Amino acid sequence: MTDLITNITTYTFLQNAILAAVLASIVCGITGTFVVVKKITFISGGIAHAVLGGVGIAFYFSMPPIIGAFIFAILAAVIIGLVKLKADQHENTVISALWAMGMAIGVIFMYLTPGYSADLLSYLFGNILMVSSVNLYILAGLNIFIILIVLIFYRQFVAITYDEEQARLRGLPVNFLYILLLCIIALTIVVLIQIVGIILVIALLSLPAAIASLYTRTLHAMMFSAIGLGILFTLGGIAISFSANIPTGATIIILCGVAYLLAINLTRFIHKK
Amino acid sequence: MKTEKDRTVISLKDVDFSYNGEPVLENITLEIDKNDFVAILGPNGAGKTTLIKLLLGFLKPSKGIISILRKSPIKARKYIGYVPQYSTFDKDYPICVIDIVKMNTLTANSFFPSYKKDVTDTAFSLLQKLEIQNLAYRNFHELSGGQKQRALIARALINDPEILLLDEPTASVDATMEKDIYDTLKILNAATTILLITHDVGFVSSYVNKICCLNRFASMHSAKELTGKSLFDIYSESSKFLQHHCNL
Repeated sequence: MTDLITNITTYTFLQNAILAAVLASIVCGITGTFVVVKKITFISGGIAHAVLGGVGIAFYFSMPPIIGAFIFAILAAVIIGLVKLKADQHENTVISALWAMGMAIGVIFMYLTPGYSADLLSYLFGNILMVSSVNLYILAGLNIFIILIVLIFYRQFVAITYDEEQARLRGLPVNFLYILLLCIIALTIVVLIQIVGIILVIALLSLPAAIASLYTRTLHAMMFSAIGLGILFTLGGIAISFSANIPTGATIIILCGVAYLLAINLTRFIHKK
Repeated sequence: MKTEKDRTVISLKDVDFSYNGEPVLENITLEIDKNDFVAILGPNGAGKTTLIKLLLGFLKPSKGIISILRKSPIKARKYIGYVPQYSTFDKDYPICVIDIVKMNTLTANSFFPSYKKDVTDTAFSLLQKLEIQNLAYRNFHELSGGQKQRALIARALINDPEILLLDEPTASVDATMEKDIYDTLKILNAATTILLITHDVGFVSSYVNKICCLNRFASMHSAKELTGKSLFDIYSESSKFLQHHCNL
């Protein structure tokens, strides 16, 4: 443990990793709460996986991958939102198609790009120890933007996620708000991919909020609680993976998963009593 | 001087609605006056939910005219307090009672998280009026069926509606609670027109002044017809009439 603390003070990459983990936990708690209460983890999974297409194309044209990720995430969010609002019958099929096609595009473009393999892995599974100072600024910017949008539309987001029919009766722009919420989820995914990668992102987005939902009574309490849990899991994951010399993203997800399974069983136990 | 026509709050004229070519409602003609207390009775599949959606402007009639306070249903939305069935709400959503009540004051320009103090005050006094003020900060889903129903009535009342529209307000509550809810509605009826939709014939007959029997077609009965006849008779007579009418 003292080893880790000395290392933190010596190495910038560890400092960056810790800052990135905290920034990711904040947006993760806020957005993840809406994902859990609105039960749209599958939609979020679709957005996350479609992002690989953008990353692959960005690699091919030697652009910063985060730009490709950003464009594909927003594109996927808008398409899924429109499909969900217009035709509700084949929604899941369309999401699956986007999910797989995004990944396929990513794989093809990465194949066409020379020297791709290490980067592909870090986008699939994340590499928090590789977060550059520039990326940290981008993460901070996305954080501020997401927090601002959620603050401004907080009550309207609550209304459309809790009682969409009533929101329509009140004349709220339900379709616009729904797509805006999906775009916020997309931006959060872009942030989280830096930490845990495309494949594991859904767990980090939904599990801290899902644990928080077990013992909170209001949405904002659930958000703050999920942020705290997110920080605990990501920093805990960094510490364990650093000491045991194992991949950080996967360690964070295992921590989240174990905590979630413990939490639901504990709640059941308490309710039985 | 007010004429008879001025008293009409809701009017449906020859309204048809079909879903995928299948008729759900046919030839519905109804007039509901100010301060009426009307129950629309019908078995499952009679078109009750469709009728509510037509009145709220979520669906458009295939034929005929619906006017509410002489406006189209969509324009009249702000004058209607709608009380849905609480069973349609997600049980896992963390939200407290008073927030649900306040939510009904939102507009497209409601930005940032907090409500104005007077909205909170009004919400609280409505909860007081419905005798559930002690539950204001409890999670909505911890409440009993009757308490949830009262909370949703408070939510509907926060905009001072001229019409209260309730979907099965006594579904899944016990008999005492059912009477309680009707007593509350009777008091509210002094200031608002009440239209409720239900499939259960129970207590409702002693509270309303008009009953509309719905089974694809509709027939209106005044409370006067109820004397000497049980509601059940009217209900079955009118179904027979409807069956005859449909050549069943």
